Amino acid sequence: MVTKNLVKDVVSEPYKYGFVTDIETEKISKGLNEDTIRLISEKKEEPEYLLNFRLNAFRKWQKMKEPNWADLGYKKIDYQDIIYYSAPKQKEKISSLDEVDPKLLETFDKLGIPLTEQKKLTNVAVDAVFDSVSIATTFKKELAEHGVIFCSISEAVKDHSDLIEKYLGSVVPANDNYFAALNSAVFSDGSFVYIPKGVKCPMDLSSYFRINSGDSGQFERTLIIAEESSSVSYLEGCTAPMFDTNTLHAAVVELIALDDASIKYSTVQNWYAGNEEGVGGIFNFVTKRGKCLGKRSKISWSQVETGSAITWKYPSCLLLGEESVGEFYSVALTNNLQQADTGTKMIHIGPRTKSTIVSKGISAGNSVNSYRGLVKMGSKASGSRNYSQCDSMLIGDQAAANTFPYIQSQQPNSEIEHEASTCRISEDQLFYLQSRGIEFEEAVSMMVSGFCRDVFNQLPMEFAAEADKLLALKLEGSVG
Amino acid sequence: MQSKTRELDPILEVNNLFASIENLPILKGVTISVKPGEIHAIMGRNGCGKSTLSKIIAGHPSYKITKGEIKFIGNDIQSLEPEERAQSGIFLGFQYPIEIPGVSNLEFLRVATNARRKFLNKEELDTFDFEDLVKQKLDLVKMDSAFLSRSINQGFSGGEKKRNEILQMALLEPKIAILDETDSGLDIDALRIVASGIKKISNERTGIILITHYQRLLDEIKPDYVHVMSDGQIIKTGGSDLALELEKHGYEWTDNFIKEQ
Repeated sequence: MVTKNLVKDVVSEPYKYGFVTDIETEKISKGLNEDTIRLISEKKEEPEYLLNFRLNAFRKWQKMKEPNWADLGYKKIDYQDIIYYSAPKQKEKISSLDEVDPKLLETFDKLGIPLTEQKKLTNVAVDAVFDSVSIATTFKKELAEHGVIFCSISEAVKDHSDLIEKYLGSVVPANDNYFAALNSAVFSDGSFVYIPKGVKCPMDLSSYFRINSGDSGQFERTLIIAEESSSVSYLEGCTAPMFDTNTLHAAVVELIALDDASIKYSTVQNWYAGNEEGVGGIFNFVTKRGKCLGKRSKISWSQVETGSAITWKYPSCLLLGEESVGEFYSVALTNNLQQADTGTKMIHIGPRTKSTIVSKGISAGNSVNSYRGLVKMGSKASGSRNYSQCDSMLIGDQAAANTFPYIQSQQPNSEIEHEASTCRISEDQLFYLQSRGIEFEEAVSMMVSGFCRDVFNQLPMEFAAEADKLLALKLEGSVG
Repeated sequence: MQSKTRELDPILEVNNLFASIENLPILKGVTISVKPGEIHAIMGRNGCGKSTLSKIIAGHPSYKITKGEIKFIGNDIQSLEPEERAQSGIFLGFQYPIEIPGVSNLEFLRVATNARRKFLNKEELDTFDFEDLVKQKLDLVKMDSAFLSRSINQGFSGGEKKRNEILQMALLEPKIAILDETDSGLDIDALRIVASGIKKISNERTGIILITHYQRLLDEIKPDYVHVMSDGQIIKTGGSDLALELEKHGYEWTDNFIKEQ
């Protein structure tokens, strides 16, 4: 039928960020062994405790098995065929942006993330990560005036070693899971945020991750610490060029919120998803976890996942502090042969803790989109509550949507609510909108936005508009 | 009035139209011509092709025209997308208006109205101006403004859905409106409201096709022509009396016409 083909055309929007920056890079040779790890650590001039952290993780990783419980199918990853460190060549020490290779600045310009003093975004501080290293962080000085530390994790290792030593691996232990262990062994760069007691971070902080090299993996690590009564909103964006090989991305994100602190972590993930036949694309295996350590602390994850060939990601909250709050708002869009297995874990440990899960999965083409989530009420979590809502939308008749909710309760005095629904954009709904003069593409996009409304409302303003646009782009045939 | 309109060019001409869905023929040579100011009623048994005809005129992609033509203001519209037909002034009031969760009725009405206004080279309306406009139109169908903040047709009663259709017609000011069983599922009061809405919206420049089973809508809106459809064809055309005859004798009576043919 005509409409079905149209839906197919519409969701096959070409990837806009697929260009490669031609830049000289310093790469180490392929393969992974203890020497690789020593080499990475040496290049980054790391203290001994960190080298030991890496080696310890590596030894554990060697004994672990790649998980296969997710609803994903992919060719086995050859971990010896990956380059674990790749950095654009530049001067030894960069003291200002003027010394950054213009090609790099141009790359981020093209991605809509201008970094130079004249052009930088006015209301968001940005840490730009290119392959294995952080290129630049804007507004560092302004933030420092408020006591806020925002820098690359490599810098933090040098300048704030006490905090790194105390918190790194405290939320996601090195042996937490296969991919977290791999990351702990070889992580190259990422962002570090520290918000001191009582400070409301004066602007949104943001990291932009760009994979450029085709044969190297990206293993970034983010650590955010919010001291008592502080708050921060952090945004994360990602893109990669189009290669016909798969690139492994295994990141770890750790958040720590102390008493009355709040962290809002928003992601727009648009890694290259591979082509229509499923060739190429990023394998996105990410461990994100927040620890609500303090009383009345709050961690809120929102994510818009549109890219990657494979997404395996469960941003979670450990609700330790009494009356702490965890939130997870997610939109995951898959198309063609993309596969996503994503969701969250809400682990209620402290009393009167609360969590909310709102997940919206949209599957088009031949893609598979699964929600997988765990809600656990520990024995001390009396008076705790969870509300989960998992909705799936199918576009066309070849896509699949699954929901796997896991519920465990050891506490009779707690409440868990779960709602789920599946719907399909039907030809008749589209025809209804069209028969009122609304263009086909706008009709699809209206229905998808409507479906995602609850989640978009949770995103920071600038991001919400971007997310809406991104979904529209993915769903529009002519624009782009 | 009829003698005057006779001299005008038709808004809609359907000439010897054959159409099928998944190779199953539904329309087998339908001809109908509607001039400005005319009200046509199409009656007939369920499955005779009435709804198919209305959907084909609006451009539903599932149906294939195998022969014949549809002209709107003199131009063949077969190559036009449904949205282009709507923008140029063709309106279909659905028999079963579909629910679209998550999409606000107000926003939908605004986007639709602006698409039509853009076609007419009229200024597009912002949220505030549109709210003013829509509130006037709500009165026509006696709808509460609470309808606007809900999702399209979601949780609407049968009558509310039909009134929402007429509200859309009021906003889009079409040149031709095809109303597919707008009267079905309405109680007497709702029927009066809907009928009076239709009458207020239409004028001497508008053409209307009412698809219905019942005389009671035609009591409210008197048609100039009544067509009886059977097995994909119009088997008899007459004045408003024909509907009364039909009411009296039932559709079995029309079987004779087929035999006559």
